[in-house]
Amino acid sequence: MSAKSGLNRRHFLAVATSVAGAAGVVMIAVPFVMSFKPNAKAQALGAPVQVDISKLEVGALVRVMWRGKPVWVVRRSPEMLQRLKGRDAKLEDPRSEKFPDQQPAYAQNETRSIRPEILVVLGVCTHLGCAPIERFDIAPVDLGPDWVGGFYCPCHGSKFDLAGRVYAGFPAPSNLAIPPYRFITENLILVGDDTGAGS
Amino acid sequence: MAVSRRRPGVASWALAMLVVLPFAVPAANTGVPLQAANTDVSNINSLQRGARNFVNYCMGCHSAKYVRYNQLARDLQISEHQLISNLMFAGGKTYEHMEIAMLEADATRWFGAPAPDLSLIARSRGADYLYTFLKSFYIDESRPTGVNNLVLEGAAMPHILWQLQGMQRAVFVEEEHDGTTYAVFEKFEMVTPGTMSAEEYDHFVGDLVNFLEYIGEPIQLKRRQLGIWVLIFLLVFGLLAWALKQEIWKDIK
Amino acid sequence: MNARRDAITDETTLMSKTADKLSELVDWIDVRFPMTKMLKEHATEYYAAKNFNVLYVFGALAMVVLVIQLVTGIFLTMSYKPDAEKAFASVEYIMRDVEWGWLIRYMHSTGASFFFIVVYIHMFRGMMYGSYKNPRELLWIIGMLIYVCLMAEGFLGYLLPWGQMSYWGAQVIVSLFGAVPGIGEGLVEWIRGDYFISDITLNRFFALHVAAVPLALIMLVVMHILALHETGSLNPDGIEIKEHKGPDGIPLDGIAFHPYYTVKDLVAMIVFFAAFSGVVFFAPEMGGYFLEHANFEPANPLKTPEHIAPVWYYTPFYAILRAVPSKGFGAFLMAMALILLFFLPWLDRCKVKSIRYRGWTFKLALTVFAVSFVCLGYLGMQPAVEPYVTITRIFTILYFSFFLFMPIYTRFEKTRPVPERVTYDQ
Repeated sequence: MSAKSGLNRRHFLAVATSVAGAAGVVMIAVPFVMSFKPNAKAQALGAPVQVDISKLEVGALVRVMWRGKPVWVVRRSPEMLQRLKGRDAKLEDPRSEKFPDQQPAYAQNETRSIRPEILVVLGVCTHLGCAPIERFDIAPVDLGPDWVGGFYCPCHGSKFDLAGRVYAGFPAPSNLAIPPYRFITENLILVGDDTGAGS
Repeated sequence: MAVSRRRPGVASWALAMLVVLPFAVPAANTGVPLQAANTDVSNINSLQRGARNFVNYCMGCHSAKYVRYNQLARDLQISEHQLISNLMFAGGKTYEHMEIAMLEADATRWFGAPAPDLSLIARSRGADYLYTFLKSFYIDESRPTGVNNLVLEGAAMPHILWQLQGMQRAVFVEEEHDGTTYAVFEKFEMVTPGTMSAEEYDHFVGDLVNFLEYIGEPIQLKRRQLGIWVLIFLLVFGLLAWALKQEIWKDIK
Repeated sequence: MNARRDAITDETTLMSKTADKLSELVDWIDVRFPMTKMLKEHATEYYAAKNFNVLYVFGALAMVVLVIQLVTGIFLTMSYKPDAEKAFASVEYIMRDVEWGWLIRYMHSTGASFFFIVVYIHMFRGMMYGSYKNPRELLWIIGMLIYVCLMAEGFLGYLLPWGQMSYWGAQVIVSLFGAVPGIGEGLVEWIRGDYFISDITLNRFFALHVAAVPLALIMLVVMHILALHETGSLNPDGIEIKEHKGPDGIPLDGIAFHPYYTVKDLVAMIVFFAAFSGVVFFAPEMGGYFLEHANFEPANPLKTPEHIAPVWYYTPFYAILRAVPSKGFGAFLMAMALILLFFLPWLDRCKVKSIRYRGWTFKLALTVFAVSFVCLGYLGMQPAVEPYVTITRIFTILYFSFFLFMPIYTRFEKTRPVPERVTYDQ
């Protein structure tokens, strides 16, 4: 009897000590794992970027860097906006519904933007991270007669329209991502901060 | 669970020998006894006042280039709006470091040496040193700045806070040791009173030094709080392991 | 009731099935890698004397500190920049910006000092109980090599924060190599790779500190443990437990390392971590002994700090260096103070191992040695003025007397009879 209770006591203590030890290991691992997070310096370097679009011409594109990635700002002409319509069948995800995280809620519309004519989009191909090229020309030789202007990724041939929506049948799985942004004034965009945007 | 009587003598003697080393704490030898700054980095109000004093009086020349404004605001419970309007006169972004516009070359021309960065001054010099230093300026016409400092003889720094403290003169008495006469500091005498009473000035400097202590190691408060929890955990874990050890060692006859 | 019993039976079957699978896996591994064999050899069937006292936990604790230093070191390397322009700022970046960087850095800086505390006690334990004697001479020498590596590692690492003490400490220590006859000056330049301690020096010290010396250290530690497990651990009675084996071949006074000493070392480890946390969380500078105040000022080649002293764990040797008014002889004596320790197994002529049964001469000599070492450590931190200089010289002479007269006073030592079996009163 006493030998058995001794064994039980030993078993209990062994389990309790092991559990406490495992908890200790997990706790001491936390600081080391957390130290990999983007820290104050990364956050400072990744702070929101202002883009002045007062000199951005209709149909032109300007690039800025935000968090080490290119962000394109395009002032789309009414014709360009017109060409976004009626091609849903050819697009992989015309309403940007498959990956809701690919854009903020205020940009989940047909033009994928806050103001229809201004497109703010991350210039990183959703396939493997290459930088697509802007091809606003219509029906060029290399892209075929169907091309109505958009973005073309030279790495693996993915094609996107002027709202950054990917065409079906190409390697890129989803539409180009829209970063958080807001208009500070009529001609000043803040990329990376959208407090109060879309309202 | 009989406590064993296994010759603890030699072992504990050896432990005591090597662990309790006869250490004496080395202190910066200034010749002047330092006054206790009695800093308390958990006193947020004092730190906020100290931050204001630092920005208003020190940051003309001194930077705190390892400190970010937004870290400061978070630790000192200052809102972003208060931060921008009360502490960031030069503009800039809240995540930027507390740097200054003065160039080192200019500082060298004006003061003979660039004003040191103050991020770590409390760690390298100690709070008491800084507290005593800021209270120990005295009139000395032989110096280009018109003042000298009892703690740091020949300091390049002018008495920035003289309008607050006033201008004091140092009284020395002559003492003789082994045939040589030394001038030994006796006391300060106020010549031109400042806008603050002595007590107010002590508080002003105390807050400032408290702030310097805080920016020397912004994490120190959280560090101690966390330490208590770690020790509590180790106590529980230790008791369990001790009980298990006693249990398993029952086998050994 | 029945349903419940069925559930229990199911559970038992499940557990035994899992156990079967597990033992199958172990068998699979054992055919390909000697896992069980190694576990037996080094843990469950490694027999150590049952009468270890508290001093015997410090070997295991040294392993714990080694792991702490390796892990925190790797994480520090991820954010540190070995560049004279950026090193100091990168340490502050770790302290302020990197999430939990302050904890990792304090663990590393505190670990350095704790490493030496633990190793000094471990070494002194060896001296008390004759752990260096036949057949453990190689074990002692490997241990001494670990100690030398550790000193090198500490010195190299101390330059990395690029503070005033880092800079001037390295300046002083590297200059010591100038005392080597004939090639001194050339050697100093070769070590620095420059005409002064510079970015080039910092970069190579970094490489040595994070890669070369740790690799050597790990290798030596493995060798140290292998050598220990070949000869077997000694004990406070200085008796070879292998000489009295039971019919099963197990030493009569031996107990399995696992679980008896693993659980004991676990308790020691927790006590150690409590002391370690006490420093890390409440006094990381340890009053300027673990992190020196002057090192919070960036390195300035134009301004020497008023008072340079190495970190506390070097100061006994530093004191010996300063005790001699000649640079060459001072450096020679300092080197000898370390080298003589290697020869301890042959300097000590006494057959009896443990201090428990040794004569008063050795007890006195070892006390003198310990007191000298500690006092030299204290004196090495003081400025080189009287009366410290004279006292330092006296203790230096005492330190060396311990070694130089050892063959004499140990040969004619009056020892007490050593018992056949270990003393264990429980």
